[in-house]
Amino acid sequence: MSGIIVELENISFTYVSENTQILKTLSLKLRKGEISTILGPNGIGKTTLLLIILGWITVKSGSVRLKGRNLEEYSRKEMGQLIGFVPQYEHISFEYSLLEYVLLGRSPHLNSLESPGKKDYQIAMDALERVGLEDYAERSVLHLSGGEKQLVLLARSLVQESEILLLDEPMSNLDLANKLKIIKILQTLKEEGVTILFTSHEPEIAARLSDYLILMGQNYTIEQGVVDDVLTSEKLSRIYNIPVNIEEINGRKIVLWHE
Amino acid sequence: MVKKHLPHKKNTLILLLLLVVFFSIALFLGRYPETGFMSPRLLFTDSLARKLVFNLRLPRLLTSLMLGMTLAGSGMVFQMIFSNPLVEPGFLGVTQGAAFGAAFAIIFLNPSIWIIQGSASFFAVTGLGLSYLIAKKIHFGGWIIRLILSGIAVSAIYSSGIGIMKFAADPMSQLPEITFWLLGGLWSVTWREFLVIFPISALALLVIYLMRWRLNILSLEDETAFSLGISPRKYRLIFLISATVATAALISVSGIINWVGLIVPHISRRLFRSDTSSSLPAAMLLGGVFTIFCDTVARISFAGEIPLGIITSMIGAGLFIFLLLNKNIKVQK
Repeated sequence: MSGIIVELENISFTYVSENTQILKTLSLKLRKGEISTILGPNGIGKTTLLLIILGWITVKSGSVRLKGRNLEEYSRKEMGQLIGFVPQYEHISFEYSLLEYVLLGRSPHLNSLESPGKKDYQIAMDALERVGLEDYAERSVLHLSGGEKQLVLLARSLVQESEILLLDEPMSNLDLANKLKIIKILQTLKEEGVTILFTSHEPEIAARLSDYLILMGQNYTIEQGVVDDVLTSEKLSRIYNIPVNIEEINGRKIVLWHE
Repeated sequence: MVKKHLPHKKNTLILLLLLVVFFSIALFLGRYPETGFMSPRLLFTDSLARKLVFNLRLPRLLTSLMLGMTLAGSGMVFQMIFSNPLVEPGFLGVTQGAAFGAAFAIIFLNPSIWIIQGSASFFAVTGLGLSYLIAKKIHFGGWIIRLILSGIAVSAIYSSGIGIMKFAADPMSQLPEITFWLLGGLWSVTWREFLVIFPISALALLVIYLMRWRLNILSLEDETAFSLGISPRKYRLIFLISATVATAALISVSGIINWVGLIVPHISRRLFRSDTSSSLPAAMLLGGVFTIFCDTVARISFAGEIPLGIITSMIGAGLFIFLLLNKNIKVQK
């Protein structure tokens, strides 16, 4: 079918060292220019799923196809241009300026012997501006708060200019205003045709932002579909194993959870 | 608008100038005709002065330049790759491997420069390889800690090997040679030694220099580096082998020189920040300045030469304590 940019078919995955199976015959299709959210309890395999699409984790059974081609057929560089990844947290060991750090996102566009040039610096500055940190371009990354760090990681992936963006809990450390900022950035990226998949623990954000929702539950159960079909009290209660109610106030979905 | 494009160009030029000045002054410093600075004019009149400057001091200075550039450059490579500001080529069995190889050649093989260099390089690379293979087999901890643990173990095995060879060495002829070699110094360097080590170390340094921006990416978590379109394993191997081969080549003529690889990258990062597109060349230049300075002190301060390794350790460790107390070393975790 046209418009499908990421296609997983019957993916199963087991962490060998821990001997725990995480995914079982999972299939998933992401359409170009759509925002999708993965919800599910801790440790259920949300990040694993992102890393499989990224190619960092290879699966023994099932296939991953990107733009109709098998993932294995892509070179590292092509993959870097195709998919950006924003980790939930990143340990930084050395003192970079924000600008230098964000510039690292240009890597898939430069060959091994190249350093970033003027054009790359401009792209990096634009990305910092987009996340609202342009005034801190020369500041050290070591002094960032958790939330600012998440903004910097997002900026680095913007610099990568990839068609697909995978984000691991991109709003987990952010205050309300910054959450809204990221929501807006992701919406703009969507308008630009970028396909977005992110994990989250906040159904409300998924309701507000996403076209498509993937719920991952115990025993490899997966519920997926458009948000209105999947984001129901009954399904959320089952996934999180606690009573959950969804109320609608002024057209916005609010999630209430109880003991 | 972008204020700063290609950063630190001016400072790098200043460093280069400093290096040229140090080099030129050191060329005329010594104990001939008397202790201190020799007038360059003497070159035109005194054939002994000419011989001294061009046949002894020049190759030695060039070697100390290469030594400083290599140790500092390799130190930077190791620190970036292990995301750890406190490592140097002494990790992963490189230095001890080279030392073992040289001692082995002195005692059991023909102690010629080629054999010593070959044996030192062989055991340094073997040390790296062993550390790498053992690290791959360890089943606990992250990749970096596994690599460092196995490096420590491999180094310990090599240094006990060195101990056995010191014990077995002929106390009249071989033991002094091994001992002096373990202290490190450049007094025996001539054009011959320089020309033996130059091609391989220059090539390795060139590879590191040209690919330097990628070192930044290798300092990130592996999956992040991977997501930025590079294969961390492949690049790590290219950098580590280049740094190890260059270090082993230099160590085979200089003996063990510590602290340069640890302290110089630190100073460089302080002056140029962490981005390796500027901090790596700066570390190489600073390493050259530092080693030329130390070797000149070693050469002229006493009638009998002090081993260079002692001077670099003394100054390097001193600077290190100074930096530590100034809270300029930022180590997280």
